[in-house]
Amino acid sequence: MSAWKKHEIFEKNSLILTIGIVVMVSIGGLVEIVPLYYLKSTIEKTEGMRPYTPLELAGRNIYVREGCYTCHSQQIRPLRDELERYGMYSLAAESMYDRPFQWGSKRTGPDLARVGGKYSDEWQRDHLINPRSVSPTSIMPGYPFLAENKLNTRDIQDHLELNAMYGVPYTEDQIKYARADLIAQADPERGDIDGFEERYPGALARSFDGDPSQITEMDALIAYLQMLGTLVDFELYDNNANLR
Amino acid sequence: MGELKKEVDELSGVETTGHEWDGLKELNNPLPKWWLYIFYASIVWSIGYWIVMPSWPLVSSYTAGVIGYSQREVATREFDTAMAERAETGSKLLEASLDEIRSTPELLEFAMASGSAAFADNCAPCHGTGATGFVGYPNLQDDVWIWGGTMDDIAQTISYGVRSEHEDTRFGEMMAFGRDEILNKEEIAAVANYVAANLAGSTPEEGADLALGETVYVDNCAACHGDEGLGSPELGAPNLTSPNYLYGNSVEAIEAQVYSPRHGVMPPWIDRLGETTVKSLAVYVHSLGGGQ
Repeated sequence: MSAWKKHEIFEKNSLILTIGIVVMVSIGGLVEIVPLYYLKSTIEKTEGMRPYTPLELAGRNIYVREGCYTCHSQQIRPLRDELERYGMYSLAAESMYDRPFQWGSKRTGPDLARVGGKYSDEWQRDHLINPRSVSPTSIMPGYPFLAENKLNTRDIQDHLELNAMYGVPYTEDQIKYARADLIAQADPERGDIDGFEERYPGALARSFDGDPSQITEMDALIAYLQMLGTLVDFELYDNNANLR
Repeated sequence: MGELKKEVDELSGVETTGHEWDGLKELNNPLPKWWLYIFYASIVWSIGYWIVMPSWPLVSSYTAGVIGYSQREVATREFDTAMAERAETGSKLLEASLDEIRSTPELLEFAMASGSAAFADNCAPCHGTGATGFVGYPNLQDDVWIWGGTMDDIAQTISYGVRSEHEDTRFGEMMAFGRDEILNKEEIAAVANYVAANLAGSTPEEGADLALGETVYVDNCAACHGDEGLGSPELGAPNLTSPNYLYGNSVEAIEAQVYSPRHGVMPPWIDRLGETTVKSLAVYVHSLGGGQ
Protein backbone atom coordinates (compact mmCIF):
# COMPACT_ATOMS: atom_id res chain seq x y z
CA MET A 1 0.00 0.00 0.00
CA SER A 2 1.50 3.29 -1.05
CA ALA A 3 1.93 6.29 1.24
CA TRP A 4 -0.93 8.00 -0.53
CA LYS A 5 -3.34 5.53 1.02
CA LYS A 6 -2.21 6.28 4.59
CA HIS A 7 -4.77 9.06 5.01
CA GLU A 8 -7.16 6.36 6.09
CA ILE A 9 -5.67 6.42 9.56
CA PHE A 10 -6.62 10.15 9.90
CA GLU A 11 -10.07 9.59 8.54
CA LYS A 12 -10.88 6.79 10.90
CA ASN A 13 -9.48 8.27 14.14
CA SER A 14 -10.82 11.65 15.16
CA LEU A 15 -8.09 12.17 17.77
CA ILE A 16 -5.29 11.63 15.23
CA LEU A 17 -7.13 13.93 12.81
CA THR A 18 -7.33 16.64 15.50
CA ILE A 19 -3.62 16.35 16.25
CA GLY A 20 -2.86 16.49 12.53
CA ILE A 21 -4.91 19.68 12.13
CA VAL A 22 -3.23 21.31 15.12
CA VAL A 23 0.23 20.48 13.74
CA MET A 24 -0.56 21.86 10.28
CA VAL A 25 -2.18 25.07 11.52
CA SER A 26 0.71 25.61 13.96
CA ILE A 27 3.26 25.40 11.17
CA GLY A 28 1.38 28.12 9.27
CA GLY A 29 1.13 30.29 12.34
CA LEU A 30 4.72 29.81 13.45
CA VAL A 31 6.19 30.56 10.03
CA GLU A 32 4.03 33.65 9.53
CA ILE A 33 3.98 35.14 13.03
CA VAL A 34 7.16 34.20 14.88
CA PRO A 35 9.62 35.90 12.46
CA LEU A 36 7.85 39.23 13.04
CA TYR A 37 9.16 39.14 16.61
CA TYR A 38 12.82 38.78 15.70
CA LEU A 39 13.17 40.38 12.24
CA LYS A 40 14.46 43.92 12.69
CA SER A 41 12.79 45.06 9.49
CA THR A 42 9.33 44.48 10.99
CA ILE A 43 9.32 47.93 12.58
CA GLU A 44 10.80 50.70 10.47
CA LYS A 45 13.45 53.05 11.85
CA THR A 46 11.82 56.44 12.29
CA GLU A 47 12.48 59.75 13.99
CA GLY A 48 9.89 61.30 16.25
CA MET A 49 7.80 58.34 17.37
CA ARG A 50 7.22 58.64 21.12
CA PRO A 51 4.96 57.00 23.68
CA TYR A 52 1.60 58.73 24.01
CA THR A 53 1.27 61.48 26.59
CA PRO A 54 -1.02 60.66 29.52
CA LEU A 55 -3.79 62.85 28.06
CA GLU A 56 -3.46 61.22 24.64
CA LEU A 57 -3.47 57.78 26.24
CA ALA A 58 -6.63 58.67 28.16
CA GLY A 59 -8.14 59.86 24.87
CA ARG A 60 -7.12 56.63 23.21
CA ASN A 61 -8.86 54.66 25.95
CA ILE A 62 -12.03 56.67 25.29
CA TYR A 63 -11.62 56.03 21.55
CA VAL A 64 -11.52 52.32 22.27
CA ARG A 65 -14.26 52.48 24.89
CA GLU A 66 -16.67 54.21 22.51
CA GLY A 67 -15.89 51.74 19.75
CA CYS A 68 -14.64 54.30 17.24
CA TYR A 69 -12.70 51.46 15.61
CA THR A 70 -15.91 49.80 14.46
CA CYS A 71 -16.25 52.50 11.78
CA HIS A 72 -12.80 54.12 11.55
CA SER A 73 -9.54 52.39 10.73
CA GLN A 74 -6.09 53.79 11.43
CA GLN A 75 -4.22 52.19 8.60
CA ILE A 76 -3.51 53.87 5.30
CA ARG A 77 -2.77 51.03 2.91
CA PRO A 78 -0.06 51.25 0.25
CA LEU A 79 -2.48 51.90 -2.61
CA ARG A 80 -2.38 54.90 -4.91
CA ASP A 81 -5.86 56.22 -4.14
CA GLU A 82 -5.26 55.97 -0.42
CA LEU A 83 -1.99 57.87 -0.74
CA GLU A 84 -3.83 60.60 -2.63
CA ARG A 85 -6.61 60.89 -0.14
CA TYR A 86 -4.92 60.27 3.20
CA GLY A 87 -1.21 60.83 2.57
CA MET A 88 1.79 58.58 3.26
CA TYR A 89 0.88 54.97 3.97
CA SER A 90 0.96 53.93 7.61
CA LEU A 91 4.14 52.44 8.99
CA ALA A 92 4.32 49.62 11.50
CA ALA A 93 6.39 51.99 13.63
CA GLU A 94 3.47 54.37 13.89
CA SER A 95 1.36 51.87 15.79
CA MET A 96 4.11 50.23 17.81
CA TYR A 97 2.79 51.73 21.06
CA ASP A 98 -0.82 50.79 20.29
CA ARG A 99 -2.36 48.20 22.57
CA PRO A 100 -4.62 47.14 20.97
CA PHE A 101 -3.77 48.30 17.45
CA GLN A 102 -6.40 50.16 15.42
CA TRP A 103 -5.72 48.72 11.98
CA GLY A 104 -8.46 47.64 9.67
CA SER A 105 -9.84 48.02 6.20
CA LYS A 106 -13.54 48.20 7.01
CA ARG A 107 -14.39 51.86 6.87
CA THR A 108 -17.85 53.22 7.46
CA GLY A 109 -16.18 56.53 8.26
CA PRO A 110 -12.86 57.75 6.86
CA ASP A 111 -9.47 56.48 7.95
CA LEU A 112 -8.09 58.46 10.90
CA ALA A 113 -4.41 57.50 10.79
CA ARG A 114 -3.37 61.04 9.74
CA VAL A 115 -6.31 63.10 10.95
CA GLY A 116 -4.10 65.07 13.38
CA GLY A 117 -4.09 68.76 12.47
CA LYS A 118 -6.50 68.26 9.58
CA TYR A 119 -9.34 70.03 11.38
CA SER A 120 -9.47 72.60 14.15
CA ASP A 121 -10.16 71.68 17.78
CA GLU A 122 -13.41 73.58 17.52
CA TRP A 123 -14.51 71.48 14.56
CA GLN A 124 -13.60 68.26 16.34
CA ARG A 125 -15.67 69.37 19.32
CA ASP A 126 -18.68 70.48 17.28
CA HIS A 127 -18.47 67.33 15.20
CA LEU A 128 -18.22 64.98 18.18
CA ILE A 129 -21.12 66.68 19.95
CA ASN A 130 -23.34 66.54 16.87
CA PRO A 131 -21.81 65.42 13.57
CA ARG A 132 -24.83 66.73 11.63
CA SER A 133 -24.08 70.29 12.78
CA VAL A 134 -21.10 70.43 10.42
CA SER A 135 -21.64 67.47 8.13
CA PRO A 136 -25.36 67.20 7.35
CA THR A 137 -25.20 63.80 5.67
CA SER A 138 -23.05 62.14 8.34
CA ILE A 139 -24.37 58.94 9.92
CA MET A 140 -21.97 59.09 12.85
CA PRO A 141 -23.65 59.14 16.27
CA GLY A 142 -23.14 62.19 18.48
CA TYR A 143 -21.06 62.00 21.66
CA PRO A 144 -22.25 65.12 23.53
CA PHE A 145 -21.61 63.56 26.93
CA LEU A 146 -17.85 63.64 26.32
CA ALA A 147 -17.90 67.41 26.76
CA GLU A 148 -19.69 67.05 30.10
CA ASN A 149 -17.91 64.02 31.55
CA LYS A 150 -15.02 64.99 33.75
CA LEU A 151 -11.97 62.97 32.79
CA ASN A 152 -10.97 60.36 35.34
CA THR A 153 -7.34 61.27 36.00
CA ARG A 154 -6.80 59.23 39.15
CA ASP A 155 -5.81 55.98 37.45
CA ILE A 156 -3.72 57.42 34.63
CA GLN A 157 -0.46 56.36 36.26
CA ASP A 158 -1.67 52.75 36.29
CA HIS A 159 -2.36 52.96 32.56
CA LEU A 160 1.19 54.14 31.88
CA GLU A 161 2.60 51.42 34.12
CA LEU A 162 0.56 48.79 32.33
CA ASN A 163 1.82 49.99 28.95
CA ALA A 164 5.38 50.06 30.30
CA MET A 165 4.94 46.45 31.40
CA TYR A 166 4.19 45.56 27.78
CA GLY A 167 7.33 47.28 26.59
CA VAL A 168 6.27 50.86 25.86
CA PRO A 169 9.38 52.84 26.85
CA TYR A 170 7.89 55.22 29.40
CA THR A 171 10.59 56.65 31.64
CA GLU A 172 10.35 56.61 35.43
CA ASP A 173 9.68 60.34 35.42
CA GLN A 174 6.96 60.02 32.82
CA ILE A 175 5.20 57.47 35.00
CA LYS A 176 5.82 59.38 38.22
CA TYR A 177 4.44 62.66 36.83
CA ALA A 178 1.69 61.07 34.72
CA ARG A 179 -1.18 62.91 36.38
CA ALA A 180 0.70 66.22 36.50
CA ASP A 181 1.55 65.88 32.80
CA LEU A 182 -2.06 65.12 31.96
CA ILE A 183 -3.22 68.27 33.72
CA ALA A 184 -0.44 70.39 32.21
CA GLN A 185 -1.27 69.33 28.66
CA ALA A 186 -4.98 70.06 28.98
CA ASP A 187 -4.51 73.22 31.01
CA PRO A 188 -1.03 74.72 30.47
CA GLU A 189 -1.78 77.65 32.78
CA ARG A 190 -2.60 75.47 35.74
CA GLY A 191 -0.12 72.64 35.33
CA ASP A 192 3.64 72.28 35.15
CA ILE A 193 3.96 72.96 31.42
CA ASP A 194 7.78 73.16 31.44
CA GLY A 195 8.10 69.71 32.95
CA PHE A 196 5.57 68.36 30.48
CA GLU A 197 7.36 69.81 27.46
CA GLU A 198 10.64 68.40 28.70
CA ARG A 199 9.16 64.93 29.04
CA TYR A 200 7.17 65.04 25.78
CA PRO A 201 8.97 67.40 23.38
CA GLY A 202 6.77 68.80 20.65
CA ALA A 203 3.46 67.62 22.13
CA LEU A 204 0.56 70.06 21.79
CA ALA A 205 -0.70 71.57 25.02
CA ARG A 206 -3.90 73.62 25.25
CA SER A 207 -7.50 73.37 26.30
CA PHE A 208 -8.63 71.11 23.48
CA ASP A 209 -12.36 71.39 24.15
CA GLY A 210 -12.30 75.18 24.46
CA ASP A 211 -13.41 75.09 28.09
CA PRO A 212 -10.40 75.61 30.39
CA SER A 213 -12.53 75.39 33.54
CA GLN A 214 -12.35 71.59 33.69
CA ILE A 215 -10.61 68.68 32.01
CA THR A 216 -13.19 66.60 30.21
CA GLU A 217 -13.16 63.39 28.21
CA MET A 218 -13.54 65.65 25.18
CA ASP A 219 -10.15 67.24 25.97
CA ALA A 220 -8.53 63.82 26.03
CA LEU A 221 -10.14 62.51 22.86
CA ILE A 222 -9.36 65.64 20.82
CA ALA A 223 -5.78 65.66 22.11
CA TYR A 224 -5.47 62.08 20.88
CA LEU A 225 -7.05 62.82 17.49
CA GLN A 226 -4.90 65.91 16.90
CA MET A 227 -1.76 63.83 17.52
CA LEU A 228 -2.66 60.97 15.14
CA GLY A 229 -0.18 60.57 12.30
CA THR A 230 1.86 63.64 13.24
CA LEU A 231 4.65 62.02 15.25
CA VAL A 232 6.97 60.53 12.62
CA ASP A 233 9.18 63.08 10.91
CA PHE A 234 8.89 62.05 7.26
CA GLU A 235 11.60 64.44 6.15
CA LEU A 236 14.07 62.25 7.98
CA TYR A 237 12.45 59.00 6.99
CA ASP A 238 14.30 56.73 4.55
CA ASN A 239 11.55 55.30 2.39
CA ASN A 240 13.84 53.15 0.24
CA ALA A 241 15.17 51.30 3.25
CA ASN A 242 11.70 50.11 4.12
CA LEU A 243 10.12 48.94 0.90
CA ARG A 244 8.31 45.67 1.30
CA MET B 1 -4.41 -2.69 7.18
CA GLY B 2 -3.84 -4.94 4.24
CA GLU B 3 -5.01 -7.94 6.21
CA LEU B 4 -8.52 -6.48 6.70
CA LYS B 5 -10.86 -7.80 4.13
CA LYS B 6 -12.35 -4.97 2.12
CA GLU B 7 -16.02 -5.07 1.48
CA VAL B 8 -16.95 -4.22 -2.07
CA ASP B 9 -20.31 -2.72 -2.93
CA GLU B 10 -22.04 -5.01 -5.37
CA LEU B 11 -23.88 -2.42 -7.38
CA SER B 12 -21.02 0.04 -8.07
CA GLY B 13 -18.07 -2.26 -7.56
CA VAL B 14 -16.46 0.31 -5.25
CA GLU B 15 -14.87 -0.49 -1.88
CA THR B 16 -16.77 0.69 1.19
CA THR B 17 -15.17 2.45 4.14
CA GLY B 18 -16.72 -0.04 6.49
CA HIS B 19 -18.98 2.63 8.02
CA GLU B 20 -22.60 1.68 8.18
CA TRP B 21 -25.64 3.67 9.32
CA ASP B 22 -29.00 1.96 9.37
CA GLY B 23 -27.96 -0.29 6.54
CA LEU B 24 -26.48 2.54 4.43
CA LYS B 25 -22.80 2.06 3.63
CA GLU B 26 -20.28 4.73 2.71
CA LEU B 27 -18.38 4.20 -0.53
CA ASN B 28 -14.67 4.90 -0.54
CA ASN B 29 -14.49 6.71 -3.88
CA PRO B 30 -11.17 8.32 -4.76
CA LEU B 31 -10.99 12.10 -5.16
CA PRO B 32 -11.97 13.27 -8.64
CA LYS B 33 -8.91 13.42 -10.89
CA TRP B 34 -9.49 17.03 -11.99
CA TRP B 35 -9.56 18.13 -8.36
CA LEU B 36 -6.47 16.17 -7.47
CA TYR B 37 -4.42 17.50 -10.39
CA ILE B 38 -5.36 21.09 -9.59
CA PHE B 39 -4.27 20.44 -6.03
CA TYR B 40 -0.89 19.13 -7.18
CA ALA B 41 -0.54 21.99 -9.64
CA SER B 42 -1.13 24.54 -6.88
CA ILE B 43 1.66 22.96 -4.85
CA VAL B 44 4.00 23.27 -7.82
CA TRP B 45 2.82 26.87 -8.34
CA SER B 46 3.61 27.73 -4.72
CA ILE B 47 7.21 26.66 -5.22
CA GLY B 48 7.48 29.00 -8.20
CA TYR B 49 5.87 31.72 -6.10
CA TRP B 50 8.46 31.29 -3.33
CA ILE B 51 11.21 31.86 -5.85
CA VAL B 52 9.67 34.88 -7.53
CA MET B 53 7.97 36.74 -4.67
CA PRO B 54 9.06 37.69 -1.13
CA SER B 55 8.16 34.70 1.01
CA TRP B 56 10.28 32.79 3.50
CA PRO B 57 11.52 34.32 6.74
CA LEU B 58 15.20 33.72 7.44
CA VAL B 59 17.34 34.39 10.50
CA SER B 60 17.93 38.12 10.00
CA SER B 61 15.79 38.97 6.98
CA TYR B 62 13.51 37.24 4.49
CA THR B 63 13.78 36.00 0.92
CA ALA B 64 13.03 38.98 -1.29
CA GLY B 65 12.21 36.95 -4.39
CA VAL B 66 13.73 37.20 -7.84
CA ILE B 67 11.68 40.21 -8.98
CA GLY B 68 11.93 41.97 -5.59
CA TYR B 69 8.26 42.91 -5.55
CA SER B 70 7.21 45.55 -3.04
CA GLN B 71 3.67 46.80 -2.62
CA ARG B 72 5.00 49.97 -1.03
CA GLU B 73 7.22 50.61 -4.02
CA VAL B 74 4.38 49.95 -6.47
CA ALA B 75 2.03 52.32 -4.66
CA THR B 76 4.69 55.01 -4.40
CA ARG B 77 5.53 54.66 -8.09
CA GLU B 78 1.88 54.83 -9.18
CA PHE B 79 1.41 57.86 -6.97
CA ASP B 80 4.52 59.57 -8.32
CA THR B 81 3.47 58.81 -11.89
CA ALA B 82 0.06 60.35 -11.31
CA MET B 83 1.66 63.41 -9.73
CA ALA B 84 4.09 63.76 -12.64
CA GLU B 85 1.22 63.59 -15.13
CA ARG B 86 -0.52 66.35 -13.27
CA ALA B 87 2.64 68.38 -12.78
CA GLU B 88 2.72 69.35 -16.45
CA THR B 89 -0.59 71.18 -16.33
CA GLY B 90 -0.01 71.93 -12.67
CA SER B 91 3.13 73.96 -13.28
CA LYS B 92 1.34 76.01 -15.91
CA LEU B 93 -1.44 76.57 -13.40
CA LEU B 94 1.00 77.74 -10.74
CA GLU B 95 2.40 80.42 -13.02
CA ALA B 96 -0.90 81.56 -14.48
CA SER B 97 -2.84 84.57 -13.25
CA LEU B 98 -6.55 84.43 -12.60
CA ASP B 99 -7.37 85.97 -16.00
CA GLU B 100 -5.09 83.55 -17.81
CA ILE B 101 -6.71 80.61 -16.04
CA ARG B 102 -10.15 81.88 -16.92
CA SER B 103 -9.27 82.28 -20.58
CA THR B 104 -7.48 78.90 -20.92
CA PRO B 105 -10.04 76.08 -20.93
CA GLU B 106 -7.38 73.45 -20.25
CA LEU B 107 -6.19 75.20 -17.07
CA LEU B 108 -9.66 76.06 -15.87
CA GLU B 109 -10.89 72.52 -16.34
CA PHE B 110 -7.85 71.13 -14.51
CA ALA B 111 -8.18 73.56 -11.61
CA MET B 112 -11.91 73.05 -11.22
CA ALA B 113 -11.65 69.25 -11.35
CA SER B 114 -8.84 68.93 -8.85
CA GLY B 115 -10.18 71.84 -6.77
CA SER B 116 -13.65 70.37 -6.35
CA ALA B 117 -12.25 66.91 -5.48
CA ALA B 118 -9.88 68.37 -2.90
CA PHE B 119 -12.65 70.59 -1.54
CA ALA B 120 -14.98 67.65 -0.97
CA ASP B 121 -12.41 65.76 1.06
CA ASN B 122 -10.62 68.53 2.91
CA CYS B 123 -12.79 71.65 3.10
CA ALA B 124 -16.38 70.40 3.10
CA PRO B 125 -16.20 69.04 6.67
CA CYS B 126 -16.09 72.64 7.99
CA HIS B 127 -17.39 74.81 5.15
CA GLY B 128 -20.10 72.37 4.05
CA THR B 129 -20.41 70.36 0.85
CA GLY B 130 -22.10 73.37 -0.77
CA ALA B 131 -19.51 75.74 0.74
CA THR B 132 -22.25 77.63 2.58
CA GLY B 133 -20.57 77.19 5.96
CA PHE B 134 -22.05 76.80 9.43
CA VAL B 135 -22.15 78.97 12.51
CA GLY B 136 -18.46 79.58 13.24
CA TYR B 137 -17.32 78.28 9.83
CA PRO B 138 -17.38 80.92 7.09
CA ASN B 139 -19.69 80.76 4.10
CA LEU B 140 -17.58 80.77 0.93
CA GLN B 141 -20.48 81.44 -1.44
CA ASP B 142 -21.19 85.00 -0.34
CA ASP B 143 -19.31 88.25 -0.92
CA VAL B 144 -18.06 88.50 2.66
CA TRP B 145 -14.37 87.69 3.05
CA ILE B 146 -12.77 88.00 6.47
CA TRP B 147 -9.23 87.71 5.08
CA GLY B 148 -9.82 88.99 1.57
CA GLY B 149 -11.48 87.48 -1.47
CA THR B 150 -8.95 87.85 -4.27
CA MET B 151 -7.48 84.63 -5.53
CA ASP B 152 -4.12 85.37 -3.93
CA ASP B 153 -5.80 86.13 -0.61
CA ILE B 154 -7.72 82.88 -0.77
CA ALA B 155 -4.60 80.88 -1.69
CA GLN B 156 -2.74 82.52 1.22
CA THR B 157 -5.49 81.62 3.68
CA ILE B 158 -5.68 78.02 2.45
CA SER B 159 -1.90 77.61 2.50
CA TYR B 160 -1.16 78.82 5.99
CA GLY B 161 -4.50 78.77 7.78
CA VAL B 162 -5.95 81.14 10.33
CA ARG B 163 -4.60 81.19 13.89
CA SER B 164 -2.94 77.87 13.02
CA GLU B 165 0.33 76.30 14.14
CA HIS B 166 2.07 77.44 10.95
CA GLU B 167 4.54 80.31 11.34
CA ASP B 168 3.09 82.19 8.36
CA THR B 169 -0.48 81.83 9.58
CA ARG B 170 -2.97 84.64 9.31
CA PHE B 171 -3.53 85.93 12.80
CA GLY B 172 -5.98 88.36 14.30
CA GLU B 173 -7.78 88.33 17.60
CA MET B 174 -10.47 90.59 18.94
CA MET B 175 -10.07 91.77 22.52
CA ALA B 176 -12.32 90.20 25.14
CA PHE B 177 -14.03 93.48 26.02
CA GLY B 178 -16.21 91.95 28.72
CA ARG B 179 -14.08 89.17 30.12
CA ASP B 180 -11.05 91.44 30.41
CA GLU B 181 -13.22 94.24 31.88
CA ILE B 182 -12.49 96.81 29.20
CA LEU B 183 -16.19 97.65 28.85
CA ASN B 184 -18.94 97.25 31.40
CA LYS B 185 -22.23 95.46 30.85
CA GLU B 186 -24.18 98.59 29.86
CA GLU B 187 -21.57 99.59 27.33
CA ILE B 188 -21.51 96.12 25.77
CA ALA B 189 -25.31 96.00 25.55
CA ALA B 190 -25.33 99.48 24.02
CA VAL B 191 -22.69 98.74 21.39
CA ALA B 192 -24.31 95.43 20.49
CA ASN B 193 -27.61 97.21 19.93
CA TYR B 194 -25.87 99.95 17.97
CA VAL B 195 -24.19 97.38 15.68
CA ALA B 196 -27.45 95.46 15.28
CA ALA B 197 -29.44 98.57 14.42
CA ASN B 198 -26.98 100.41 12.20
CA LEU B 199 -24.76 97.75 10.64
CA ALA B 200 -26.03 94.19 10.98
CA GLY B 201 -29.57 94.91 9.86
CA SER B 202 -31.14 93.10 12.81
CA THR B 203 -33.57 94.43 15.39
CA PRO B 204 -32.19 96.22 18.46
CA GLU B 205 -33.83 95.80 21.86
CA GLU B 206 -36.43 98.35 22.86
CA GLY B 207 -35.08 101.31 24.79
CA ALA B 208 -31.46 100.56 23.94
CA ASP B 209 -29.03 103.45 24.41
CA LEU B 210 -27.88 103.78 20.80
CA ALA B 211 -26.09 107.07 21.45
CA LEU B 212 -23.89 105.41 24.08
CA GLY B 213 -23.45 102.51 21.66
CA GLU B 214 -22.14 104.81 18.97
CA THR B 215 -19.61 106.38 21.34
CA VAL B 216 -18.42 102.95 22.46
CA TYR B 217 -18.21 101.81 18.83
CA VAL B 218 -16.14 104.80 17.73
CA ASP B 219 -13.81 104.51 20.72
CA ASN B 220 -13.29 100.75 20.69
CA CYS B 221 -14.40 99.05 17.50
CA ALA B 222 -13.78 101.47 14.65
CA ALA B 223 -10.00 101.04 14.81
CA CYS B 224 -10.30 97.57 13.29
CA HIS B 225 -13.82 97.35 11.90
CA GLY B 226 -13.73 100.86 10.40
CA ASP B 227 -15.93 103.89 11.00
CA GLU B 228 -18.54 102.51 8.65
CA GLY B 229 -18.13 98.91 9.82
CA LEU B 230 -16.66 97.72 6.55
CA GLY B 231 -13.96 95.76 8.33
CA SER B 232 -10.36 95.21 7.35
CA PRO B 233 -9.16 92.09 5.57
CA GLU B 234 -5.55 92.91 6.49
CA LEU B 235 -6.40 92.53 10.18
CA GLY B 236 -9.00 89.83 9.71
CA ALA B 237 -11.62 92.22 11.12
CA PRO B 238 -14.96 91.13 9.66
CA ASN B 239 -17.19 93.45 7.67
CA LEU B 240 -20.06 94.28 10.04
CA THR B 241 -22.41 95.65 7.39
CA SER B 242 -23.28 92.24 5.99
CA PRO B 243 -25.94 90.23 7.81
CA ASN B 244 -23.89 87.01 7.35
CA TYR B 245 -22.24 87.14 10.77
CA LEU B 246 -19.99 84.22 11.55
CA TYR B 247 -21.54 83.73 14.99
CA GLY B 248 -24.96 85.25 14.30
CA ASN B 249 -26.18 88.84 13.97
CA SER B 250 -28.76 88.95 16.77
CA VAL B 251 -28.16 91.41 19.61
CA GLU B 252 -27.54 88.45 21.91
CA ALA B 253 -24.95 86.87 19.61
CA ILE B 254 -23.15 90.18 19.09
CA GLU B 255 -23.08 90.79 22.84
CA ALA B 256 -21.58 87.37 23.43
CA GLN B 257 -18.93 88.01 20.80
CA VAL B 258 -18.02 91.42 22.27
CA TYR B 259 -17.93 90.02 25.81
CA SER B 260 -15.64 87.07 25.06
CA PRO B 261 -15.00 86.54 21.36
CA ARG B 262 -14.81 83.11 19.82
CA HIS B 263 -11.88 82.64 17.48
CA GLY B 264 -12.11 79.88 14.93
CA VAL B 265 -9.02 78.10 13.69
CA MET B 266 -8.32 77.03 10.13
CA PRO B 267 -5.49 74.53 9.67
CA PRO B 268 -2.65 75.17 7.20
CA TRP B 269 -2.93 73.01 4.08
CA ILE B 270 0.22 73.71 2.09
CA ASP B 271 2.21 70.83 3.57
CA ARG B 272 -0.65 68.37 3.34
CA LEU B 273 -1.92 69.22 -0.15
CA GLY B 274 0.96 70.90 -1.98
CA GLU B 275 1.11 74.11 -4.01
CA THR B 276 -0.76 72.92 -7.10
CA THR B 277 -3.77 71.59 -5.22
CA VAL B 278 -3.90 74.74 -3.09
CA LYS B 279 -3.95 76.88 -6.23
CA SER B 280 -6.68 74.67 -7.74
CA LEU B 281 -8.66 75.07 -4.54
CA ALA B 282 -8.22 78.83 -4.67
CA VAL B 283 -9.55 78.91 -8.24
CA TYR B 284 -12.44 76.67 -7.25
CA VAL B 285 -13.36 78.65 -4.13
CA HIS B 286 -12.96 81.92 -6.01
CA SER B 287 -15.42 80.64 -8.63
CA LEU B 288 -18.10 79.79 -6.07
CA GLY B 289 -19.64 83.20 -6.34
CA GLY B 290 -17.91 85.61 -4.03
CA GLY B 291 -14.45 85.91 -5.55
CA GLN B 292 -13.10 89.39 -6.03
